[in-house]
Amino acid sequence: MVKLNIVQAINQALGQEMEKDPDVIVIGEDVAKDGGVFRVTQGLLEKFGADRVIDTPLAELGIIGAAVGLAAYGMKPVAEIQFMGFTYAGLEQLFSHASRIRSRSRGAFSCPMVVRTPYGIGIKPPELHSESPEALFAHMPGLKVVIPSNPYNAKGLLISAIRDPDPVLFMEPSRLYRSIKSEVPEEAYSIPLGKAAVFQEGSEITVVAWGTMLHKAAEASEGFDAEIIDLQTIRPFDEEAVVNSVKKTGRLVVVHEAPGMCGFGAEVAALVADEAFGYLKAPVVRVTAPDAVVPMARLEDYYMPEIDMIKKAFERVMQY
Amino acid sequence: MKDILQKYGLNTLTKKILLDLYKSMLKIRMFEEKIVELYPEQEMKCPVHLCIGQEAIAAGVCQHLHKGDYVFSNHRGHGHCLAKGTKMRPLMAEFYGKATGCSGGKGGSMHIIDVENGILGTSAIVGGGIPMGVGAALASSLKGEDSVTAIFFGDGAFDEGAFYESFNFATLKRLPVVFVCENNFYATNSHQSARQSGCRIFESAASFDARGHCVDGNDALAVYKAAQDAVQLARKGVGPSLIEAKTYRWKGHVGPDEDWTKGCRPKEELDYWKEQCPVKRFTELLMDKGALTSAEVEDLKLAITAEIIDAVEFARKSAYPETSALLADVYREANK
Ligand SMILES: Cc1ncc(C[n+]2csc(CCOP(=O)(O)OP(=O)(O)O)c2C)c(N)n1
Ligand SMILES: [Mg+2]
Repeated sequence: MVKLNIVQAINQALGQEMEKDPDVIVIGEDVAKDGGVFRVTQGLLEKFGADRVIDTPLAELGIIGAAVGLAAYGMKPVAEIQFMGFTYAGLEQLFSHASRIRSRSRGAFSCPMVVRTPYGIGIKPPELHSESPEALFAHMPGLKVVIPSNPYNAKGLLISAIRDPDPVLFMEPSRLYRSIKSEVPEEAYSIPLGKAAVFQEGSEITVVAWGTMLHKAAEASEGFDAEIIDLQTIRPFDEEAVVNSVKKTGRLVVVHEAPGMCGFGAEVAALVADEAFGYLKAPVVRVTAPDAVVPMARLEDYYMPEIDMIKKAFERVMQY
Repeated sequence: MKDILQKYGLNTLTKKILLDLYKSMLKIRMFEEKIVELYPEQEMKCPVHLCIGQEAIAAGVCQHLHKGDYVFSNHRGHGHCLAKGTKMRPLMAEFYGKATGCSGGKGGSMHIIDVENGILGTSAIVGGGIPMGVGAALASSLKGEDSVTAIFFGDGAFDEGAFYESFNFATLKRLPVVFVCENNFYATNSHQSARQSGCRIFESAASFDARGHCVDGNDALAVYKAAQDAVQLARKGVGPSLIEAKTYRWKGHVGPDEDWTKGCRPKEELDYWKEQCPVKRFTELLMDKGALTSAEVEDLKLAITAEIIDAVEFARKSAYPETSALLADVYREANK
């Protein structure tokens, strides 16, 4: 099987879905001629033409809004926003419309669209280019939030996101774009949304993570008997997988790159408090970024949860 | 020189002002060139968006601004800040990610703040500075102060809804703002004609009952004159103007290299615009007319070089921010 990086895997998923379904189109800033900031859509213009790979003006609200209209009309737009922080300029269309069209129209209209955007620390520009606000989006009823952690699930999850009848925010870990390769089947395949993957089995600590942090957590788990769950979809998230694992291990550590305050780790912790309280042998621990703006390089290293911090959390739950 | 100044409607311009304008442009050019030289050392901790080729706009507009006037700028903001009076030391230190930088080494080249000189912010978000600029102008107008706000943005920001919302509000309230659109024809690699059907940015002002004016952005005196009119009208309370200054950036969208090698833009286009170099044109004009001697140019260059070297040295020697700086200034109270 060929090994691809995440950029290539996503590119392949887009190409295959476009081939299969003429309603799938790609829109965004510089996605056609340039192939996007990270070259994720490279080559699609040549294959599918300018009617299906559309360069837009520099206007995020317009891009996301156009995707909403396209989707309501019956097409399946995949919109690219250049960096996570630039989605904020388009939130009105995403929050006020995309996420609500189904409920507002009592199911008559839906919004089968995907917004793809790179997130997280990784390539060194500060704040708006580097943040991880998945919880903000997961909070909005009607939106789905998906975060892959490797080339294999990037492809399968994106295909599911494109085929999904509801709007999906697809957050791509910029730090991992080209830094890891894995085997990716040539043919199209889908990984169901809302299902976690067990990255590593274990029996003493349940570790819940996603995206870039999954790899940090895995690295930190050396010397611990940790079961690492790759959430893959943040909303709807796989409650059963988390609860069952905690019932087995009795300990939970959630690791994420976003600030702790109202981060998605809080939701995971609340679930476990609700459904597996009696099984807990230690308090739930969250390892997160501090409640601060993502700073520039240098300080950035202190911002992101590092191996040591994660190890300390593991020790804490083990020694409790 | 008189004949030329007359042609521009700048009859009363003194030699001192001419030289200040010249110096301001030269300073920006040399500062940016130093970044080009040093960037490959990888000591600077942030992406840099250089404004080489566009200096006349920052210099020509900011010449008319007082210390108490405000500037809002964008990701390509070094020139605006220097022209408004920002010192090189905190600017350079910011690029190096040092605690002595103007944003404490936390913001980088896209997030420059210089309260003392009225730089209330440069924004990484395209169009992000425009609404805030209008707010600052509204504040000065409500307080009855006679300060003016200049908002610099690119042709790319003209695509964003933020411009229209803000321009409408500013014209409705006749606020003391000068909207300065630096039209370098590209947003990243996307040509203006691929993003806008009209490509007549300044004309949009008319439908808001505001003044729109298009100038050769590489002609220092033309920019100076357009800005003079606009700033005067703003200060008198007549209302906002939109200046579209046509220009060209020489370097790639981000970083110190030219981008024609990567096929982003045609080399011939860059060559043409290099011929239109604003610094060269202004130097030649001034020298031609006897308003500037080569000895004066050399003196200026020496002084600016010294300032730049000092700034680099300062940046290099300064300390990185303490880890505790990470949590500082999220709120006024220390962050929990
Ligand atoms: C809201 C938003 N969208 C996209 C970007 C990415 N981006 C940064 S600069 C830029 C081009 C801006 O073009 P223009 O406004 O013409 O300024 P120029 O770079 O030409 O000076 C883009 C697309 C951004 N920073 N913010
Ligand atoms: Mg531009």
